[in-house]
Amino acid sequence: MTQPTILLALPSAHARVDEVRNSSLELITLARSLGRVDVVTMGAPSTEVLALLGLYDVEAVHQAALPTAVPEEQQRVTSNLAAVMVAAARKVHADVLLLPNGFAFKEIGAVAALRLKAGLVTDAAGVRWDAPGVLHVAKRVFGGTWDTVAEVRTDPAVVTVQANTVVAEPVGVGVGGVGVGAGGAGIPRVEALLVDLPPCAVTVKSREVSRKDEGRPDLEEASVVVAGGRGVNGDFGPVEELADVLGGAVGATRDAVFEGWFDRYIGQTGVTVAPAVYVAAGISGMPHHVSGITGSGQILAVNNDSDAPIFEMSDFGVVGDLAAVLPQAAETIRAWRAGREG
Amino acid sequence: MRVLVLVKYVPEITSDRVMDSGRLVRDPAVGLMNELDEHAVEAALQLVEALPDEDARESSQIIALTVAPSTGDMAIKKAYQMGAERGIRVTDDAFAGLDYHGTAAVLAAAVRRLGSDDEGPIDVVLCGLTALDGLGSVIPAMLAEELGWPQLTHSRAVALGADGRSLNTTRETEESVEELTAPLPAVVSVTDAANEPRMPNFKRIMAARTKAVEEWSAADVEPFLEDFAPRVSVVDAAVHPPRVAGDVVVDRGEGGTVLANYLIEKGLV
Ligand SMILES: Cc1cc2nc3c(=O)[nH]c(=O)nc-3n(C[C@H](O)[C@H](O)[C@H](O)COP(=O)(O)OP(=O)(O)OC[C@H]3O[C@@H](n4cnc5c(N)ncnc54)[C@H](O)[C@@H]3O)c2cc1C
Ligand SMILES: Cc1cc2nc3c(=O)[nH]c(=O)nc-3n(C[C@H](O)[C@H](O)[C@H](O)COP(=O)(O)OP(=O)(O)OC[C@H]3O[C@@H](n4cnc5c(N)ncnc54)[C@H](O)[C@@H]3O)c2cc1C
Repeated sequence: MTQPTILLALPSAHARVDEVRNSSLELITLARSLGRVDVVTMGAPSTEVLALLGLYDVEAVHQAALPTAVPEEQQRVTSNLAAVMVAAARKVHADVLLLPNGFAFKEIGAVAALRLKAGLVTDAAGVRWDAPGVLHVAKRVFGGTWDTVAEVRTDPAVVTVQANTVVAEPVGVGVGGVGVGAGGAGIPRVEALLVDLPPCAVTVKSREVSRKDEGRPDLEEASVVVAGGRGVNGDFGPVEELADVLGGAVGATRDAVFEGWFDRYIGQTGVTVAPAVYVAAGISGMPHHVSGITGSGQILAVNNDSDAPIFEMSDFGVVGDLAAVLPQAAETIRAWRAGREG
Repeated sequence: MRVLVLVKYVPEITSDRVMDSGRLVRDPAVGLMNELDEHAVEAALQLVEALPDEDARESSQIIALTVAPSTGDMAIKKAYQMGAERGIRVTDDAFAGLDYHGTAAVLAAAVRRLGSDDEGPIDVVLCGLTALDGLGSVIPAMLAEELGWPQLTHSRAVALGADGRSLNTTRETEESVEELTAPLPAVVSVTDAANEPRMPNFKRIMAARTKAVEEWSAADVEPFLEDFAPRVSVVDAAVHPPRVAGDVVVDRGEGGTVLANYLIEKGLV
């Protein structure tokens, strides 16, 4: 049987692709378990990026070449990015398209799926072949209370995958068996992907790329998240301090964001996270919020109300004032580290 | 202006949600209109109220549409309470358990049918950003694609352009904030930051009780319906074992240390 071809989108904030997000490496690792892996980029990948993709056994990089008349911000309109995915899928005869699970990519996947007459599954927590041509996609639904498996038989299938679904793992050079050969020492070849854009009536008047939380991992893909709620009372300092000691990302509840204390929130209408450790500080644990964290490994809570619902779903909890508990926890970890090194 | 609002009835988020044969069981006792759709209805009302011309305001129509079993009427009634004039529920055994593509296809057929009557074309379709049961956040984009209309999704602000024939929106996603514009007709989805849904007044609540919901079957939309055959099916559904609450300690001055030690002992630092 011929190897299925798995195509995935490699997001980049800038025109030049000079970094690969950890969530992309996870996606590639997952894709490799399904077949040979090709990636699509909007810009030119750097030498370092190509070397890294080689370590992950990527076969080829398809760099979209859009009509030059299309301005940069206009290229990122959903319809146009979907056109890129469709062109790539047709070019490589992709069996599966994998995309990250953010709101923007879900829409790109959705529009691409319609144009390809493909079945679409969002929020995947696992993907495998049940039989040749029969894709089984696992997904946790209803705030993490049910596990479902969706079956897609269309060719291709389109799937958006949650971060932290698999652990990113390179293959040893020459071990993977599929990527070797084509590009010499496992370096994927880069091919131009010609894209015809269908007419698009949406005009982008201005576009501002969201500021990333400097020096911290992306919230969606962090393996540690420390989040603050209304209980932080305007001061995210203790939350940020613990997050930084743990090398984690900072998150918030919608209420904390609506207060203007932080910019991004976790939950049904915000970001879904699935870190190994989630620390909820001054968060009551309302359903809209907790349905965005149920994929977490360990849930820890700090709240001064012993009846707060968050304790019912926590692996460990401290009833107390977060302004005292979090800095002490950060200090203890720093001291423990210093002790180990000293 | 003719504005169509898509509304969906969803189970209360705190209720125990149950699946049977891969489908969500919708218990009418524990549901409500998808909260994001209240923001969509509000956005529709505000678009019409902002029309400068009084005649244009008077002749405008806000229609609520759902593809759902009879429980869907609860969502339509909520739209009536807020100020929608007409409500349509599309129901047919053939439409039970539709996937994303099927849902978008049937919604598109209903939009085409409405646009072909003698009351004028639909100018705007407004939707919520996401339905709090399926959480797909894809139907608005797919409906726009089915109709061949521009999509202005994830809008935290919506306004009619000065020419009266276009919409300006602010789109906010995890990647960026964009100012977009597109000619009508267009599909718009709104976030919960777009507006504050109004409270229905007593008069409207009473009127909504007796106001009928139009029911359309597959035959009513069939002439406008293209392929809606399922492309995704649920083959397995099982209850996920609930999380068990772990230890909770009360801070007596050492709570932070205890928390840190828990992380250290578990090898998580
Ligand atoms: C349609 C809709 C969608 C929504 N989507 C989301 C979403 O995606 N994400 C989201 O987060 N919310 C969402 N919400 C809001 C959600 O329902 C809750 O209102 C929100 O999550 C509560 O935030 P909180 O826990 O910060 O605040 P609260 O519920 O007010 O809890 C604050 C907690 O802090 C504790 N506290 C106070 N002081 C201290 C202290 N000094 N030390 C320790 N603890 C302290 C209190 O005991 C309390 O438990 C949504 C709501 C709606 C209607
Ligand atoms: C837990 C769960 C998971 C699912 N996963 C998949 C999947 O991976 N792939 C798949 O193909 N199908 C899936 N489905 C089926 C899918 O949910 C239905 O097609 C549903 O009608 C639309 O998806 P949504 O609720 O996620 O809508 P969203 O895209 O989140 O809805 C956005 C907006 O569209 C409008 N809208 C959505 N549905 C309707 C409707 N029926 N009538 C009127 N307006 C509407 C509302 O304004 C809503 O606010 C799933 C269903 C459930 C319950």
